[in-house]
Amino acid sequence: MTVVGWLLVLVILAAVVAAAVPFGAFIARVMTGQRTFLTPVLAPVERGFYALAGVEPSKEQGWRSYTLAMLAFSGAGLFSLYALQRLQAYLPLNPQGFDGVPPDLAFNTSVSFITNTNWQNYGGETTMSHLVQMAGLTVHNFVSAATGIAMAVALVRAFTRSEAKTIGNFWVDMTRAVLYLLLPLSIVIALVMVASGIPQTLLASVEATTLEGAKQVISIGPVASQEAIKELGTNGGGFFNANSAHPFESPSAWTTMLQIWTLLLIPVASVIAFGRMAGNWKEGRSLLVTMGIVLVVGVGVVYAAETYGNPLLTALGVDGVAGNLEGKELRFGQALTALFSVATTGTSTGAVVAMHDSLTPLGGLVPMFNMLLGCITPGGDGSGLYGILVVAVITVFVAGLMVGRTPEYLGKKIESREMKLAMLAILIYPPLVLGFTAVSVLLKTGLDSLNNAGPHGLSEILYAFASTTANNGSAFGGLTGNTLWYNTTLGLAMFLGRFAYIVPVLALAGSLAAKKKAPASVGTFPTDGPLFIGLLLGVIVILYLLQYFPALALGPVVEHFAMLSGKAY
Amino acid sequence: MLSHLRPAIVMIVLFTALTGIAYPLAITGIAQVALKGPADGSLVTRDGTVVGSSLIGQNFATDRYFQGRPSATSAADPKDSSKTIDAPYNAANSTGSNLGPTSQKLLDRVKASVAALGGSPQKPVPADAVTTSASGLDPDISSAYATLQVARVAAARNVPADKLQALVDAGTSSVFGDKIVNVLALNLELDRVAPVPAPAAAAPGAGAPAQAAGSAKVGG
Repeated sequence: MTVVGWLLVLVILAAVVAAAVPFGAFIARVMTGQRTFLTPVLAPVERGFYALAGVEPSKEQGWRSYTLAMLAFSGAGLFSLYALQRLQAYLPLNPQGFDGVPPDLAFNTSVSFITNTNWQNYGGETTMSHLVQMAGLTVHNFVSAATGIAMAVALVRAFTRSEAKTIGNFWVDMTRAVLYLLLPLSIVIALVMVASGIPQTLLASVEATTLEGAKQVISIGPVASQEAIKELGTNGGGFFNANSAHPFESPSAWTTMLQIWTLLLIPVASVIAFGRMAGNWKEGRSLLVTMGIVLVVGVGVVYAAETYGNPLLTALGVDGVAGNLEGKELRFGQALTALFSVATTGTSTGAVVAMHDSLTPLGGLVPMFNMLLGCITPGGDGSGLYGILVVAVITVFVAGLMVGRTPEYLGKKIESREMKLAMLAILIYPPLVLGFTAVSVLLKTGLDSLNNAGPHGLSEILYAFASTTANNGSAFGGLTGNTLWYNTTLGLAMFLGRFAYIVPVLALAGSLAAKKKAPASVGTFPTDGPLFIGLLLGVIVILYLLQYFPALALGPVVEHFAMLSGKAY
Repeated sequence: MLSHLRPAIVMIVLFTALTGIAYPLAITGIAQVALKGPADGSLVTRDGTVVGSSLIGQNFATDRYFQGRPSATSAADPKDSSKTIDAPYNAANSTGSNLGPTSQKLLDRVKASVAALGGSPQKPVPADAVTTSASGLDPDISSAYATLQVARVAAARNVPADKLQALVDAGTSSVFGDKIVNVLALNLELDRVAPVPAPAAAAPGAGAPAQAAGSAKVGG
């Protein structure tokens, strides 16, 4: 680790917060329907969308209707994306002449993109036509992120309203999130990216004659436009197989810094927007500080582990001074690579600038743990905010039990129904992650996909289900996911990880909205200070770390000690 | 549920048109007009021929050039398309090795690479020289690895080593303290400053005499 490296990390995080404060205020304005500087341009488009879709924007929905709208929209996306992939051979903009995508892979990819996961069992440059990349995958990069933002805003509204029957209009929330937040920023960032070296062309490949006279076919395409929304929408699905490690997706340290900034922007800004909408910015601050602590500690662990390197290689005559370089690109350096891998898994992005499979055991443990938390530090677009709010609800309940008071959060009493719904959401993760992992290690087809033996093999499977359940999408890429077993089970994990989680959360929103908002009294447990931050961290550690500790002990932890004692598999 | 069907379908169609067609095409249009070079992949041409992209590593296998890092990319076997063969720096199929830190396969591979470079625990080699990159297309190497190759390239080209070391130093840039060199740029400089006689083994036939004549002039 170097001082320069840490300064770099802190400067990037400071740049995120500096931009997120005004942008959070902007998000709050947009999502509460107020006028912004973009209104003159975008309001006619917005009205046109509502008119064509038959949406009455002023008519709000109760939680059931809101949920059904979200499910109908996601369902329509699922079917259209599936059809697009299956039929790509017959559709235009297929310069490589790819065949239709097989059914199980098309199912997996469709679920992956509508759930904002972007798990990729395919290599982009060898499977998907430009049409699928643009009119299929890029579209869901926008609308799945907007769906997440909509659901988070619905939950925040529920906290701010008193005895209300409605939590907003899904179509309006989703449409405004795309038009006012995601699209304008994507345009700006995509152009900055092209100027920084990321290609944007409709060609499929260029052919070069190398200095040694060989032929090199270089895949290319409309990369920058997908790259911008890939990070901004915390999606993470790469244009190329190697994702942001590919020099065309991130040509330099600068583009990597830009990508880290971009993927953290909306998650951080939405917490700030939450503080504004809740009427007390300190409420947002305490959540943000909690997220920041987990993030920075994670960066510290990865950075330290990766610069410490792999003693097994040092023993063979490899200079240890540069740290672990297997699966890393030289132009990023260890500090940026560590920050990226923590930021991409702390959010639900899942883009990578290094192959996580080749990280040291502890370096790989941190991304895995971030995802086992459900990607809430600081989380995906929207999903991070509603994820941490669920944990906050549980925290005030635990605090209430300790002091013997009725727990309250933001003036809403947290009672039996709310706790049941919060726990219902939280409890969907462990059976998906641990259950599917357990079955996979028992099946031959599950083990045939492994690229590594020993504890690292278990880590590959555990990482896959942690990633898909939390809708992250990064991978220990050695695992061959494109099999009937993994296409199906990972697809189910993504589907249930998103929808079985969010339906109880929206029900919670409905329940909270209907409650009377009580003014704070002297007996109210403060949720905007250091005591709450400490409790929230405690609940995160106790609730999550302990659930997964046995599995983590058998994977990365035991591998760490094996590595130190010179054992290979 | 049915009342949500129309907005669901219409919204998917509208957003496909807006974010899936209009947005990427608009960015492509602007990029192709205003930022042609980077938009087309930062291609490098020499004498009118595209020799690569300055961002993408390419395979250098001979002693006459500085070589890049090991690459884990593969390609379909031309004899049997269901199998794959090693194809370093295949820029149509990016990938890393995905070998974990305790993988015996990784250790065996690294051991062979270290031996090929004449390294040992007493005389360690730079880590980037024996590890594969994440994309398999890393365009850079450390300046330490470049320096390690100076003697070999100098011998192959029959030029003084300090001349090549100066090229390496000139091509080195610092990324937050890490000293790295773009291999393609370095090799282009190398060809310019210290050209070799025509690659007799690689390209026998009509092209060779002309190239030999051309390079002899500069090399002298």
